[in-house]
Amino acid sequence: MSALVKVDERAGLAAPQDQQQYLTFMLGGETFAIGILAIKEIIEYGNLTEVPMMPDYIRGVINLRGSVVPVVDLSTRFGRKSTQLTRRTCIVIIEVASDQETQVVGVVVDAVNEVLEIAQDQIEPPPAFGAKIRTDFIRGMGKVDGKFVIILNVGNVLSIDDLALLEQADAQGMGSANEAAAE
Amino acid sequence: MGMDQALQTYIEESRGLLDEMEGILLRLESEPQEEETVNAMFRAAHTIKGSAGLFGLDAIVAFTHVVENVLDEVRGGTLAVNGELVELLLKCSDHIGLLITVVAETGEALDAEQAAAGEAIAAALRSLLGGAAAADAAMPAVHEARLAASGGGLLEGDYWHLSLVFGRDVLKNGMDPISFIRYLSTIGDIVSLRVDDSELPELNAIDPESCYLSFSIEFKSEADKKTIEDVFEFVREGCKLRIFPPPSHLAAFVDRLEHASGNTDMLGQLLIEAGILTGHELEDALASQESMAAVCGGAKPPIGEVLVNEGVVQKEVMDAALEKQRQIRDHKAQEAKFIRVSAEKLDELINLVGELVIAGAGASLLAQRSGDAALHESTSVVSGLVEEIRDGALKLRMVEIGETFNRFQRVVRDVSKELGKDIGLEIGGAETELDKTVVEKIGDPLMHLVRNAMDHGIEPAAARVAAGKPAKGSLRLNAYHDSGSIVIEVADDGGGLKKERILKKAIERGIVNPGQSLSDNEIYNLVFEAGFSTADQVTNLSGRGVGMDVVKRNIQALRGSVDIESAEGRGTTVRIRLPLTLAIIDGFLVGVGKSAFVVPLDMVLECIELSEADRKAADTRNYVNLRGEVLPFVRLRDQFEVKAAAGKRENIVVVQYGGQKAGFVVDELMGEFQTVIKPLGNVFRNLRGISGSTILGTGEVALILDVPTLVQLAVARDEQLAMHGA
Repeated sequence: MSALVKVDERAGLAAPQDQQQYLTFMLGGETFAIGILAIKEIIEYGNLTEVPMMPDYIRGVINLRGSVVPVVDLSTRFGRKSTQLTRRTCIVIIEVASDQETQVVGVVVDAVNEVLEIAQDQIEPPPAFGAKIRTDFIRGMGKVDGKFVIILNVGNVLSIDDLALLEQADAQGMGSANEAAAE
Repeated sequence: MGMDQALQTYIEESRGLLDEMEGILLRLESEPQEEETVNAMFRAAHTIKGSAGLFGLDAIVAFTHVVENVLDEVRGGTLAVNGELVELLLKCSDHIGLLITVVAETGEALDAEQAAAGEAIAAALRSLLGGAAAADAAMPAVHEARLAASGGGLLEGDYWHLSLVFGRDVLKNGMDPISFIRYLSTIGDIVSLRVDDSELPELNAIDPESCYLSFSIEFKSEADKKTIEDVFEFVREGCKLRIFPPPSHLAAFVDRLEHASGNTDMLGQLLIEAGILTGHELEDALASQESMAAVCGGAKPPIGEVLVNEGVVQKEVMDAALEKQRQIRDHKAQEAKFIRVSAEKLDELINLVGELVIAGAGASLLAQRSGDAALHESTSVVSGLVEEIRDGALKLRMVEIGETFNRFQRVVRDVSKELGKDIGLEIGGAETELDKTVVEKIGDPLMHLVRNAMDHGIEPAAARVAAGKPAKGSLRLNAYHDSGSIVIEVADDGGGLKKERILKKAIERGIVNPGQSLSDNEIYNLVFEAGFSTADQVTNLSGRGVGMDVVKRNIQALRGSVDIESAEGRGTTVRIRLPLTLAIIDGFLVGVGKSAFVVPLDMVLECIELSEADRKAADTRNYVNLRGEVLPFVRLRDQFEVKAAAGKRENIVVVQYGGQKAGFVVDELMGEFQTVIKPLGNVFRNLRGISGSTILGTGEVALILDVPTLVQLAVARDEQLAMHGA
């Protein structure tokens, strides 16, 4: 547990620094990036158990060395069509800090590229619109080789409360979704 | 063991002792006084006090001391047990509980109000003691009167007898024997002193610096043996000192032995504690025991024998001491049947056993696939053993529910007094076992239910008599096992729930629509809705509408359910159903499409094939004829929206839950499977119908079905259909 806490502290401290490392990956032909400190490991896609009565972006659960870990389909979470499985499909295991505890979540991506260093001054604020992704999911737009890489705000994309809440709204139908969101 | 840990143990132990004390007190009230129970109570108070002393918890020591004194009087028979005393002692046990919580656990002092309450209790105790002391004071008078009758004055020879042989070199060491004898006279009266000069040699052979005299002293004193011996502390070396107690002390010694605290089972220590033997005497005796053993060649004579032979301890006293020693040993032997293990260690073990179960399942799966008969054979032996280990490990966590039930004796007693009702508590199934974690969490909901039943359920005596019922109300706590769960019932013989009033209230509160028609059961279960209370008056016990919904939530959090049954005018029964354990269950593995699900095996009654005719009719009706019974079923394929094509045939798993039968239609039956429950995590906290997950031998995750919720979901869906239809 202490190791986990340490990682969090470092993640917290790392943000203001000039340079930070990011894992870049492909999703529907676009390049995305996630801060490397939140990432635990990358595993091959497979042995996934679907969980019924859950929204589409919850792909299911996997057995990660004895613990049961939920797997999120990022593409569906962004409101696009679900990820097609290929030989290069991976699950990136990410640690998400919620209020008191950290939860481990896996995300399905098309392919993992590389680990990059992006200097703080090479990151632009997210556009007000146009990315076709909820703006609070984006932490910034990194400039790499003259192209933009969308750096994700993992805390918002994989917010446990959000994932559980939306699922509840889904179960109750659209009528109560607004109420649930208002809560 | 660190001090903190030791303190924790002390707190735990004290709470246990207080519970025990309370139990005894409540028994004492109804049953005639038994010496053993009072003794047990005294021992409890004594242990709490003694250990508090170790931790320097003076507040606890001071208060418990007074309690102990009173209990001692009770034990001695000088104080009679009556309702008043029991009441007072119950308060004492509460106050000690408070002291332990505040002083021992937080390290703070009581606030002024609590301290004043404690002082008031202590004062009441002291006033009892005062009365007893007065009675005590009267005792010696009787004693003396008896003496006077037997000839008057002190009994002949009722003195300490000291035999004092000083070492030869005592004078050379700068000690004057006479000064010690003079000092002896400061703690009592020397009645006679005889000088033995037989050792004195011829005059010309005398060494003026040596001491040849011995003394024989009759000594009258109230001091104890140790004090007398201490007088000669400085000349102990080389000095032979024998102190014989006055004959009248023998009885006192025997008495003191009988009441010894029992901290030790060593004979010597026991005698020292009772003030019969002094440390020096014991050392001497042990030394001579050694030397005798050397002479006799090996076998040591028992220390008791040595002491008696040397005349240090009288035979009668020794007999009493041996008897006491035997008692203590018996008691110790009983205590040794239990060991305290920290819950953490136990949880760790159970987690490991869980992993073992999963790994074992993986191994046997591989063995099965390999087709090697010998390997298969040996893995199945291993599986059998693992199963036994699992059951054993889980049993370690099982505790009897009786202890929890017994706590309610006190609650019922206090609350019925407060309400002015006469209510008796009956307990059934106290030996029913369930998981410790469940037991810990069930206390609060039970408390709500019991208070509710007493406040709202049972009518005042007058109303009861008018209704032709006995004036004394009865509350019954019962527990029993039923198909893999434990059922706890709280039943009263009171007025029962009034359907019309509940319905009216529910409509008022907008919980139910006026036109809705509800079954009796549904109406009764309305009382579990938040903010629902039918009591016209709010008492400080209940009636504020908080409680029943909390009860329901707490029980659901334990994967349990609660149900209410009532007959107007005859009483209400609340039935709580809980899983036996929260960690590992026997599961029945079924397949739907490509997914595997686990049904708790205890709930599975049988499996049947879904006939072709029923399959075809399934679009219009979801029930089958099970040997003349209507069996409604849930198609898991539909419920879970499984897209994969249906298999050639389907099966029905017939489950039973709380007296209700239902069927689950699945594709494949895959057999029994030991299941370690893995929580699904927060992402799935709102998911209904799935209670957890488990890992199969193949490493895949299977979901565990929450049978009652699935049935409820199906019922709700049919109701919705009905609504839309209308």
